[in-house]
Amino acid sequence: MRDTYIIGVGMTKFGRAGDWTLIDVLEYAAARALEDAGLGENVESVFVANMGAGILNRLSGLGSAMVDRLCLFPAAAETVENGPASGGSAVKIGAMAVGSGAVDTALVVGGEVMRAVTGWEATDFVATLTHPEAEYIYGVTLPALAGMFARLYMDKYGVTPEHLAMVAIKNHENAMKNPDAHIQQTVTMEGLLHRPEAVVNNPYVAEPLRMFDCCPVSDGAAAVVLCSREVAERSGKPLVRIAGFGQATDTHAVHEREDPTELAAVRTAAERAFAMAGRKPADVDVAELHDAFTILEIAQSEEAGFFERGTGHIALEKGETRPGGRLPINVSGGLKARGHPVGATGVAQVVEIARHLRGEAGERQIEKPRVGFTCNFGGFGNNVVCFVLEREG
Amino acid sequence: MSQLEEILRPPEKDLPPYPAKYIVLASGERMVIRQARREEVPILLPDVAALTTVDRDYYDIVAARTYAELLGWLRHRVRDEYCLVGLVDGVLVGLVNGRSLSPRIGVSYHTIAMRRGLRVGAHLFAAKMEYHIEYLNQQEVYIVAESPIGFRRWMIEYGLEKRPQVHHELGGVMSWALTRDLYFEAKDRLVVGERPVPDDLMEKAKVITPVEEDVLIKQVTARIRQAEG
Repeated sequence: MRDTYIIGVGMTKFGRAGDWTLIDVLEYAAARALEDAGLGENVESVFVANMGAGILNRLSGLGSAMVDRLCLFPAAAETVENGPASGGSAVKIGAMAVGSGAVDTALVVGGEVMRAVTGWEATDFVATLTHPEAEYIYGVTLPALAGMFARLYMDKYGVTPEHLAMVAIKNHENAMKNPDAHIQQTVTMEGLLHRPEAVVNNPYVAEPLRMFDCCPVSDGAAAVVLCSREVAERSGKPLVRIAGFGQATDTHAVHEREDPTELAAVRTAAERAFAMAGRKPADVDVAELHDAFTILEIAQSEEAGFFERGTGHIALEKGETRPGGRLPINVSGGLKARGHPVGATGVAQVVEIARHLRGEAGERQIEKPRVGFTCNFGGFGNNVVCFVLEREG
Repeated sequence: MSQLEEILRPPEKDLPPYPAKYIVLASGERMVIRQARREEVPILLPDVAALTTVDRDYYDIVAARTYAELLGWLRHRVRDEYCLVGLVDGVLVGLVNGRSLSPRIGVSYHTIAMRRGLRVGAHLFAAKMEYHIEYLNQQEVYIVAESPIGFRRWMIEYGLEKRPQVHHELGGVMSWALTRDLYFEAKDRLVVGERPVPDDLMEKAKVITPVEEDVLIKQVTARIRQAEG
C-alpha cells in the first residue's frame, strides 16, 4: 500500500451549534480543511463520519449532502457510522482509499449535532451502541459502564478519586490554550474534591465517577484532506504521513470479557498501528486518547503501551502526561474539555496531532514532535481505531 | 411621594437579612452570595436584558420575566421581593429572586446563571431555599420550572411535592413545593457554603460589577459560530 499524507486540516469550535444544522457544521470544518489543503474542488472521494444524524437530526445520506453543499461533484461519497469511533474509521477508510491507489485525494469530515436534543436523550442515544439484549434494555448507559469499569480499575490498581481529578484538571488546563475547545474553564482539586462544596460542585454521575470525570455533550465537526505523496509534495505543506493505523474489536457486552478491566481492543489496535508504522510507543512525542471518562485516559495510556499496566496513574501523578512531560496526552483538552461530538472526535484527534506535527498548534504547541498517536474508542472498547502519524523532513 | 403613588405601592416591610456566605467553586474561585439592595437593581438590569435575546435553554423567557420582576421591585410594585446575587471578585455570575407571600409561604421566582458549567445556578437556588426556610422561617416555598434544566435541578434533585391546587404567580403551570422536611432532607447534599465571609472577599463583593454583554452571551451560549470571530 502506498503512503497517505494529510495536507489539510480544519475544524469548528466545539460547543453548541445554535442555529447551525449538522450540514452547516460539517461544511464549516470541511471548507477549512479544503482551504488549508489548497486543492480547490479537486477531491475525488468524500467520507463523512457521523453516529447519530438519523436519531438526533432526522438526516441521512450525509456523504451526498456534503458533496452537494461543497460542490465537489462528481466525487464519490459515503457516510461512515461506527459509534464513537466513526471518525477514526472514516480516516482509516480514507487512508485505505488513497493508499490503495483508488484515489489521489480524499476529504474526511466527521461531525455531530447532539445538543439538538436534551441531555437525557443524548445519553440514551449514545447508549444505543450497547448490547441491545444484554445491556441497553436494562438501562445501561455509557456513564454506568464507565463507572463500573472505574470501580474495578481503581480497586485493582490503587487509582484514587484524586487521580481521576488530575486528568480533568490537566485537560481543562490544556483546553484553555485551545480556541476550539468546548469547555474553557480551569478546575481545581480543592473545588472538585477537597472542599465540602464538592458535593454540589462535582456530584456523582455513576459512582465513583463524578460530573467532572465525564466529557460534555458537544456539537462540532473536524476534517482532514488526505492525499498521495505526489499531491502532498506539490502542495508545499509540511509532510505529515499516516504512518500506521490499526483497528480491533472486542465483545459487544462488557461483562462477556474475561477481565473487564482489560481494554484488549485498544491494545491490539495500538499494536497494529505501531507495527504498520514500524514504530514503538516510546517513539511517540504527543498523543490524543479517548478520555470520554477520566479513567479511560489512564487505562488507554497503559493499553497503548506507553506505561506498564497499573502505572498510568503514577505517570499522571508525576506530570509525565502534561505538556512538557515525557508524553503529553490530550494537549487539545481531550474529550473531557475540548468536547466530544461523537462523529467528530476521531477526526479531531487526527487534526490535533497533525497540527502539532506541522508546528501549527499555537500556544499549546509541543516542541518539535516527530511522531504522534491517536486512540478513538468506540462502544465501550468494542471497536477501537488507532493512528500513528509522522512528520517527514 | 404623591398620594397616588402611595396607593400604588405595596406596604413597605424589611425582610430579615440573608447573611452573606461564600462558596468555593470547582474552579477554585470564591463566589460570595449576598442579598442585593433595591438600589443595585439598575446595575443588574442590563445583564438581565442582554439575556432576553438568548434563545437557548430558556434564557430568553427567564431573563425577560426576571427583568420585569426586578423592575417591579425597583419601582415598588411587588411586595416583599428580594434578590440574592452571586459574585466572583465582585463580578456578577448569577442571581436568584423570589418573595415572601406570607409568614408561612415563600414564592420562588427565577434563577439565572451568568457563568455556566460551575453549578452557579444550583448554588444560588440552594441559597434561595435556605433564605426562605432558615431565615424567613417559612413552612413551604412554591416553585415552578420553566426549563428542563430547572425541572431537573429543582423538582427532581429536591424531590419537590406537587401542589396542583396552588396558582403560582408565574402562571398556570404545575406548582411544586419545597417543604421544611424536604429542605432539611436535601440540605447536606445540596446546600453548602461558609459564613462569615472573610473581610477581603466581602470587600470585593461590596460593589456589583456587571459582565460585558458580549462576554455574557459567549458565557451562556458557548456557540461554535463564535469561532469565526
